[in-house]
Amino acid sequence: MSKTHGILLVSHVPAIADGLKELLSQVAADVTIISAGGTDENEIGTSFDKISQGLESFEEERVLAFYDLGSAKMNLEMAMEVATKKVTLYDTAFVESAYTAASLLQADAPIDMIEEQVNALKVK
Amino acid sequence: MIKVETAKKWLDLFIEQLLENKVYLSELDTAIGDGDHGNNMARGATALKEKLAEKEYDNLTDLLKDTGMVMVSKVGGASGPLYGSAFIEMAKAAKNDEQVALADLLQAGLDGIQKRGKAAQGEKTMVDEWIPVIEDVQNNQLTTEKVDEYVEKTKPIKATKGRASYLGERSIGHIDPGAASSGLLFKTMLKAGVADE
Repeated sequence: MSKTHGILLVSHVPAIADGLKELLSQVAADVTIISAGGTDENEIGTSFDKISQGLESFEEERVLAFYDLGSAKMNLEMAMEVATKKVTLYDTAFVESAYTAASLLQADAPIDMIEEQVNALKVK
Repeated sequence: MIKVETAKKWLDLFIEQLLENKVYLSELDTAIGDGDHGNNMARGATALKEKLAEKEYDNLTDLLKDTGMVMVSKVGGASGPLYGSAFIEMAKAAKNDEQVALADLLQAGLDGIQKRGKAAQGEKTMVDEWIPVIEDVQNNQLTTEKVDEYVEKTKPIKATKGRASYLGERSIGHIDPGAASSGLLFKTMLKAGVADE
């Protein structure tokens, strides 16, 4: 753990969450990025348990969370309600905003600035 | 007062109906969603059946709470957190007031659904089923026909919430799958006699 914030990626498809993690890792090698894609059986959907476990496995106390479609947000919100971490959820373009956050965290940009740039990508 | 045995019968019948209507619910969802509603609810129903067979329930709160937790964990899709929140909020209402009236219990469930999904009436979601049903329960005039009528009434609505909203105008003319599965919930509620207590 070398950063103050980690990034959680929630998608309906495991390969999307894992693929986005791969993309982000390329620009943010020192940022902890955890993916929580698909249901418990790795089928299409999202899993409250998977998201909760993802959140708890961060060493960082603060987590920026990004998601793809509606029900991912519902499961994410339920997981946030029971999480011990401070989690911020963004209703922003999944790929672009997560990429922005990862790049800026890697560059040690202040969190206010990261939030401002990420929030400019709000689409939902 | 709602007896735990009656509520258990309600859930058993609901499970049965979800398994029986698995294909139908998925067909509805294929028309305007991602086609998995029947499968998701059936997966939840199977898991719930196992869970409820594990122990004897002596109070409504535990029964509803366990049901909610299974829904959250096992259903997947949007219906998991939505039905899950409904049952968990109903469990809380039953805990706060052991004599809770059915309408108030269902209202707590609806509040849970709306808190989680942020849907209002008229957006073509399960909320369009829950609102008129609760009103009828309050006035003691809910019937199976009415439950079906409210499901049917979601047909002409243009979806502005949920997966169907991506289709815009194209969502018109189709029954909302979430309203349909909620219809099963309310019809089994009537059949089990929960409303008569």
